[in-house]
Amino acid sequence: MKKIRLSKIFFWLLLVGMTFIYMGPFLFSLSISLNAEQDVFQWPIKLIPQKWTFKNYIQIWEDLPFGRWLTNSLIISIIQTISNVFFSSLAGFAFARLRFPGRNFFFSLFMASLMIPGIILLIPKFIVLNEFHLINTYSGIILPGLVSVVNIFLMKQFFETIPKALEEAALIDGCSYFKIYWKIFLPISKPALAAVAIYTFQGSWNEFMWTVIVTTTSDMFTLPVGMNFLKNEFLVNWPLLMAGTILISLPTLVIFIVFQRYFVQGVGTSGLKE
Amino acid sequence: MKKGLSDRQKQTRSGYLFLIFPIIIFGIFTIFPMFFALFISFYDWNLLIPDKPFVGLANYIELFQDEVFLIATKNTIIYALGVVPVQTILSLFLAFLMNQKLPGRGFFRLAFYLPAVTASVVTSTIFIWIYSKPGLLNYLLSLAGINGTDWLTNPNTALLSIMALNVWSTSGYFMITFLAGLQNIPASVYEAAKIDGASAWTQFWKITFPLVRPVTYFVVVLSLIGCFQVFDQVFIMSQGGPVNSTTTMSFFVYINSFKYFRLGYGAASAIILAMIIYFVTVVQKRYFPPEPY
Repeated sequence: MKKIRLSKIFFWLLLVGMTFIYMGPFLFSLSISLNAEQDVFQWPIKLIPQKWTFKNYIQIWEDLPFGRWLTNSLIISIIQTISNVFFSSLAGFAFARLRFPGRNFFFSLFMASLMIPGIILLIPKFIVLNEFHLINTYSGIILPGLVSVVNIFLMKQFFETIPKALEEAALIDGCSYFKIYWKIFLPISKPALAAVAIYTFQGSWNEFMWTVIVTTTSDMFTLPVGMNFLKNEFLVNWPLLMAGTILISLPTLVIFIVFQRYFVQGVGTSGLKE
Repeated sequence: MKKGLSDRQKQTRSGYLFLIFPIIIFGIFTIFPMFFALFISFYDWNLLIPDKPFVGLANYIELFQDEVFLIATKNTIIYALGVVPVQTILSLFLAFLMNQKLPGRGFFRLAFYLPAVTASVVTSTIFIWIYSKPGLLNYLLSLAGINGTDWLTNPNTALLSIMALNVWSTSGYFMITFLAGLQNIPASVYEAAKIDGASAWTQFWKITFPLVRPVTYFVVVLSLIGCFQVFDQVFIMSQGGPVNSTTTMSFFVYINSFKYFRLGYGAASAIILAMIIYFVTVVQKRYFPPEPY
């Protein structure tokens, strides 16, 4: 009996300890962002600010191009999300439901492209966009991420679980394949579509490397790249910087909390199936 | 009824119509760049100089004589070998915890997953503060009577610090992947083990671990591919310093291509990185296959 209780205590201590390790850094950055004093590097560290204020959250909008970066981030993430949801479900439908010459070839080609490390594509992508004078434009940032193989695969896997009987009646009635996709498949695919939308938005919102390479002036920066720029300029003002990091994290955090179940579902249907 | 078009023709026409956009995007931004990367790696391709002469293998030969490249390769291998096993075991362990019936499970899952949904710039910035000389880590160490260092400017600890950050920030993502795998294991297997008196520890090693092997394979592949291309944290936290102790291959590619504008040289180093990644995944598949023989 005593042994069971001890192991239970140990289990909970471990769990709470782990939780603290994973959440602690965010809580401390929240605490710094609310600190009224600029000099947060007092020793010993005060984990909870003595004087606290929201002024950093206001200052970031007033003194910095935060609004501009937010607008850029929103434009880019929303366009990429809508495009991915539409085109990867359409392509997933084609791969799952239509029979045509070249289908296997294209599917294998798409899948094989997953093996290519992104790093070797960076330089040629940059040269291509440079040829079209798209460096430092929205198009340059957005175009390469309009549709992703992982999403196509996820949608294909999902559509294959839908029974054939569902579309056969519509086919006999002479519906076009687009109509079947639009009217029959999309409405019953909300969980998969949500997973695609969430993953795409999150990836797009957090994207760093490509935006660093393709943007050259601060008016084209997204929030992550802008924050990094800020960090180099204002490294002394930690409360301001931390307010920025908290604001950037909010959308993905809210999305995660609201759509938690889709995260697990998305991974569950994305290729772990044997 | 439309005349002339058989169902087969209709399917072909719709199929290509539905795929045309992804095919164009992949053609321009994946397939073409793949060959183009190889092509320019044989050229002295400078963004600022119009003349781009063919140089054969000169870029590759120069790479193997470039001390920074060799350091970058070494750092990248250390990074991957250090992060992948720790991250995999930790995320499997977290998933195992999250697969227990316990109050507040949703909260704990959120806590562990939080770093994974957060932008790399956010976690990196927070950890610059944590790792600094008067930062949180040294404060906690001082409570234990240990005198810490300035983690990111000390060449002996900088790479290690970034590795620890990566383990912390990505393990939640792989936890979710493992969790999906764990939930496929029928509860009856565990119940049978419990009746036989197996401890939680035995259950973990004798049931969970072997049954999630395909998932483990998948996680290790993704983790390896990610680690070999680590860039954001290096770029944000250390810019490869101090004295190249955190210069990874991806960062080397970036610096040469977009700071020195030597795109041919950068492409050659990217090709070598891609070859290393390919080699590692082949070795993994050969010696640690998803299903035991």
